Amino acid sequence: MIAKYMGKNGGILAAFALVTTGLIALTFNGTEERIRAAQEKQLLSVLNDLVPESAHSNELHLDCISVADQSLLGNAAPKRIFRARDGENNVAAVIEASAPDGYSGAIKLVVAADINGNSLGARVVEHKETPGLGDKVDIRVDDWILSFNDVPFSGPEDKRWQVKKDGGQFDQFTGATITPRAVVNAVKNALVFFNENQTMIFDTPSNCESAGRSQNLGGELRDE
Amino acid sequence: MNEYKDLSLQGIWKNNPALVQLLGLCPLLAVTATVINGLGLGIATTLVLLGSNITVSLVRNFVPNEIRIPIFVMVIAAFVTIVQLLMNAFTFELYQALGIFIPLIVTNCAIIGRAEAYASKNPVQLAAFDGLMMGLGFTLILVVLGAMRELLGYGTLLTGADLLLGDWAAELTIVVFQTDSPFLIAILPPGAFLGMGLLIAFKNVIDKWIEKRMASEKANKVVERARVTGTDI
Repeated sequence: MIAKYMGKNGGILAAFALVTTGLIALTFNGTEERIRAAQEKQLLSVLNDLVPESAHSNELHLDCISVADQSLLGNAAPKRIFRARDGENNVAAVIEASAPDGYSGAIKLVVAADINGNSLGARVVEHKETPGLGDKVDIRVDDWILSFNDVPFSGPEDKRWQVKKDGGQFDQFTGATITPRAVVNAVKNALVFFNENQTMIFDTPSNCESAGRSQNLGGELRDE
Repeated sequence: MNEYKDLSLQGIWKNNPALVQLLGLCPLLAVTATVINGLGLGIATTLVLLGSNITVSLVRNFVPNEIRIPIFVMVIAAFVTIVQLLMNAFTFELYQALGIFIPLIVTNCAIIGRAEAYASKNPVQLAAFDGLMMGLGFTLILVVLGAMRELLGYGTLLTGADLLLGDWAAELTIVVFQTDSPFLIAILPPGAFLGMGLLIAFKNVIDKWIEKRMASEKANKVVERARVTGTDI
């Protein structure tokens, strides 16, 4: 009796699961490319913001390697590094990093470093900081993040690389110190990573997983 | 036709999912910091409500009573995922602004509430209309609350309209006053609670006023009749 019941109702449930999953799969199929294009487009605009197009001759978003470093890049997940080169010369690199100690969760950012290891700039790409307080790290809300533009960096002991409250040169926000502190630390650590691994960063052949795919998308984007 | 009129009235006013049933408070309170965020989530919720009500009504005769809840949940989850994918593809920046709250539509009690209470017992065109009206009622409150909070908090209206409507809408933004230090309580969740309380109170005041007017109209009619009978004698 129970077995019969289970068989019938289970069958109906399974049929519904099949149909709904089918619908989702169809939508996914139809939107996948557009979604990736949108993400890639956002990344591209951030990359162009940080490293001006006139400074390099290669396709920045295609020349990229995948690295992982828990202590300096925030977490163990693979991060991409985009290399900017002008002909044969290495010019700069844009490093994906994560600040694990934000006020509400990790803050994802990208950091641009020039060939001498100084900061070219940084952008927060994903965060969940408090609106009106910590979210000023977002370029859409405040231009605080521009204070990382062209800042010299002399190494892990560089005292200027802290918020003002801790004796450094970066402003904190009224009522919110944790968020800017986390971002300053994350940018600093990314620069340390860059300085320690510069040869590896520029000499490893391009190996990003999505490199082939983004190549197609890159073409599409340029057509627009 | 009367049924449709009743459904509209129920969804938008008398039985408004946000103001009266108090369903779906989680996304309601969290995303209404601006008009456009409210509108975006409102549209997404309406689409899901419409889709789930139609589907539930279509299959209501094949679904055994014992397993209807898991099936409804599955249908709703599927529609939320589809709407999420579509928003991610076509309104990328709005999708980022709404973040976690799109998937959270799946837990909006208003949706399963309508599936269970209405769509599973009524023909498809009525169920679809009910979904649309409940969605509109919910959207209306999201937009009004968003407007209150955006105006008090940032001094603007319709910021980020281009995220939802395309680039042409960037000029729609209205700056009512300039401020360097936003009125935080309006932007943070406590402001949403206060605003919501005010809206509910406001609705109650209007309801009372209508009730009073109806009552006095009735009384007037009774008096008139009394006079008429008076002259008859």
